[in-house]
Amino acid sequence: MSDHRTHVVETNSHLQKRGQGHHDHDDHHGDIAYHASFKGYLVGFLLSVVLTAIPFWLVMAKVLPSSGATAAVILGFAAVQIVVHMVYFLHMNAKVEGGWSMLALIFTAGVVFIMLSGSIWVMYHLNTNMMPMHDMRTAP
Amino acid sequence: MSSSPTLAAGAEAPVFYDDGHHHPEQGTLLGFWLYLMSDCLIFAVLFGCYAVLGRSYAAGPSGADLFDLPLVAANTAMLLFSSITYGFAMLQMQAGRKNGVLLWLGITGLFGLAFLSLELYEFAHLIHEGAGPQRSAFLSSFFTLVGTHGLHVTFGIIWLVTLMVQVNRGGLILENKRRLVCLSMFWHFLDVVWIGVFTFVYLMGTLP
Repeated sequence: MSDHRTHVVETNSHLQKRGQGHHDHDDHHGDIAYHASFKGYLVGFLLSVVLTAIPFWLVMAKVLPSSGATAAVILGFAAVQIVVHMVYFLHMNAKVEGGWSMLALIFTAGVVFIMLSGSIWVMYHLNTNMMPMHDMRTAP
Repeated sequence: MSSSPTLAAGAEAPVFYDDGHHHPEQGTLLGFWLYLMSDCLIFAVLFGCYAVLGRSYAAGPSGADLFDLPLVAANTAMLLFSSITYGFAMLQMQAGRKNGVLLWLGITGLFGLAFLSLELYEFAHLIHEGAGPQRSAFLSSFFTLVGTHGLHVTFGIIWLVTLMVQVNRGGLILENKRRLVCLSMFWHFLDVVWIGVFTFVYLMGTLP
């Protein structure tokens, strides 16, 4: 255990020296693998403001005639905004942690998709096979 | 393990081909990302619950009756502002400015507190109107999903204050930088979850 620790420390100081010597695009990070820029945060923030404002406007001003179309459009905006946050705020790309972060993300997204679509599908059919409840929904 | 020829006396020294170079420099960040992914599964289950139960009003109030969209918009703005102010804290960390980090972390915490206050006000208002979690399956799943997110924000703020004390005491050492990166992932992740909440719960719940 102590051997391992000293080894890690050595690697870190080694990286730090190399980073200072090469004088990369940002020579401050040195020990921690983190690359953020003001421009990136600003672009992400402006994009997310726009992607938040439009769905709220669509719903609050009742722009589209049908609820189904509005729902589809705002879900699309949400999906785009999630990607924007992942890229600009969480700095997600295929290179983080040697690609393992992206792999975990893709795996999780797959599990979530299967779980959500499966649950909604099954429960919808169970609901329609239950006692007739259709009248309740349209009642005032 | 009855015989270990490499350790026998007089044998040649074992050769290790693992020089450690392929190890990630910070296993903590990958580990924390994996935790966030598991947290993502928790939220996915709660979203699934809400998707199934969200229209079961039990002849009670619906989302269109209850949700106050301007309040939700203000809430969303608080969380978005807190995201970019946390980003500014990270930029200050990269520049090695301790006081800048503390200042932006403080501002982030205030936005987080504003978000929580608005959410608690909304919850109190709903419960006061008789639309508490026990009223219908819709409200049970609503309070569970939004409340779990609020609980995450609460713990995020506690962590943030703790980290401010740590940065103030220890400065921008490697350990504190690592903690700052972890909290940044946590904080931005909560913002991502909130995108799902305001779209799927509030906006779609208000649609006729």
